[in-house]
Amino acid sequence: MGTPAIEIRDLHKYFGDLEVLRGIDFEVDTGEVVCIIGPSGSGKSTLLRCVNRLEEATSGHVLIEGEDITDPASDVDALRAKIGMVFQQFNLFPHLDVRKNLTISQRKVLGRSQDEAAEVAARMLERVGLTDKIDEYPARLSGGQQQRVAIARALCMNPDMMMFDEVTSALDPELVGEVLQVMRDLADEGMTMLVVTHEMGFARNVADRVVFMDEGIIMEDGPPGEILANPKEERTREFLRMVLEEGF
Amino acid sequence: MVTKTARPIWKHPRFVPGIMYGLLVLIALLLVFFADWDKIQSNFLKPEIFRDMFPEVLTIAAKNTLIYTAVAFAAGFVLALVLALMKLSPIGPYRWFATSYIELFRGLPALVTIILVAFGLPIAFGWRIPFGTAGKAAVGLGLVAAAYMAETIRAGIQAVPRGQMEAARSLGMSAPTAMAYIVLPQAFRIIIPPLTNELVLLIKDTSLLFVVGTTPASKELTKFGRDFMTTTINATPLTVIALVYLMITLPMTSLVRQLEKRAAKGR
Ligand SMILES: Nc1ncnc2c1ncn2[C@@H]1O[C@H](COP(=O)(O)OP(=O)(O)OP(=O)(O)O)[C@@H](O)[C@H]1O
Ligand SMILES: [Mg+2]
Repeated sequence: MGTPAIEIRDLHKYFGDLEVLRGIDFEVDTGEVVCIIGPSGSGKSTLLRCVNRLEEATSGHVLIEGEDITDPASDVDALRAKIGMVFQQFNLFPHLDVRKNLTISQRKVLGRSQDEAAEVAARMLERVGLTDKIDEYPARLSGGQQQRVAIARALCMNPDMMMFDEVTSALDPELVGEVLQVMRDLADEGMTMLVVTHEMGFARNVADRVVFMDEGIIMEDGPPGEILANPKEERTREFLRMVLEEGF
Repeated sequence: MVTKTARPIWKHPRFVPGIMYGLLVLIALLLVFFADWDKIQSNFLKPEIFRDMFPEVLTIAAKNTLIYTAVAFAAGFVLALVLALMKLSPIGPYRWFATSYIELFRGLPALVTIILVAFGLPIAFGWRIPFGTAGKAAVGLGLVAAAYMAETIRAGIQAVPRGQMEAARSLGMSAPTAMAYIVLPQAFRIIIPPLTNELVLLIKDTSLLFVVGTTPASKELTKFGRDFMTTTINATPLTVIALVYLMITLPMTSLVRQLEKRAAKGR
């Protein structure tokens, strides 16, 4: 399949004395959708944040399309622009309207003209079904709308891959569906996606692979049918039982 | 029918405020009664001195006060922004420098700083600050104001959620770009009320420039008033400059209140 989109090699991360990632190895191929599941505190967010170097790994390597982002000499900003990231708390820029939210990084990072950036913004906003919200400020949007704008903002950079960190966890239950639908559309269009989620339905139906993380290591990695229906590890079974009971 | 139990008067909800108002009226009456109105009139409110002070009290003194405030604020703000960013820098020596600077200039009386800048610098380095009193205001008061504003700006930057910087960085923005376009605009919104407060304090601190602004054209309000007092041997100039100060500061403090109200509502 050529060079993987993301390749993680023996990644370790300490916060002080606490070893949060204890040797992670895995790859995401171009066009693949990988869901990461696992209990709270298992290091899922930390892993995503090490992939685009919001967090510095203690040791190990992360290769983005073959380029080592953990290498101090690498152009982090250019590599980050290839990786769209969507956060649990949306993190839209509250002092800018939706149009500016979508154009500012196109202008400052990609050097696009105002017209070109606005045109891309309009296209991406249409993709998430929010064309009519272009002049609104984030505070006037619902959580689901804000999260869709955040996805559109990331897409405006024409990323080669997208990472999602529990992007529906902060939403009211009735707003979860619209965001998952946008993500499903993206997956159908062939976007490479690394998704941390508690939405087992999404993992089952959309993911090519599901990864179960526990205490900083990958316990299991395989097709959703296998991991979700027939896990080999007792820890995975326990986790799935808990998730089902709590009705995530 | 509900029988009303008799309530002792001191339990009445209006009792305490009532007493306070009563005291206030009493004090006001005593002041009016015991004040020597003739003396007050002849010492603080002499019409001919009032007349003599105009228009210079406005066209020179008040104008100078405003100019000195503006240049000191501008210089102080730029320096404060640099200090705030240094204080938040991952590089240790920058942080130490900013911290020492802030401690030093907050620890010194502003007057001492002004004297050091105006008279110490030329002796020590043979360098005279250009642009007369305005230049000394910018450097002397600016150095002091920067120390106070730096802490305000730092607090504003830290009040912007971390996720803002992270979202900007994950879109590929460099740290300076993200700071300039995403974090600082939000930080400034947060700190407009406290910064306006600093501005009001600075207006009053320009009175310390009496040690350097001594020529007729460079006097600010306080120096102008004091000199007028000396020549007239009367306190009326004090009343005049007090009124002029209030004319400048009262609108500003009410602006601060409005900004704070708006800040509390928004977000
Ligand atoms: N900046 C930090 N400093 C110190 N400890 C941290 C920091 N960030 C995360 N941790 C710790 O690292 C561990 C893993 O955190 P992480 O957020 O990666 O877990 P997670 O799997 O994403 O959990 P959740 O499902 O609750 O989001 C936790 O014990 C957390 O307390
Ligand atoms: Mg997490």
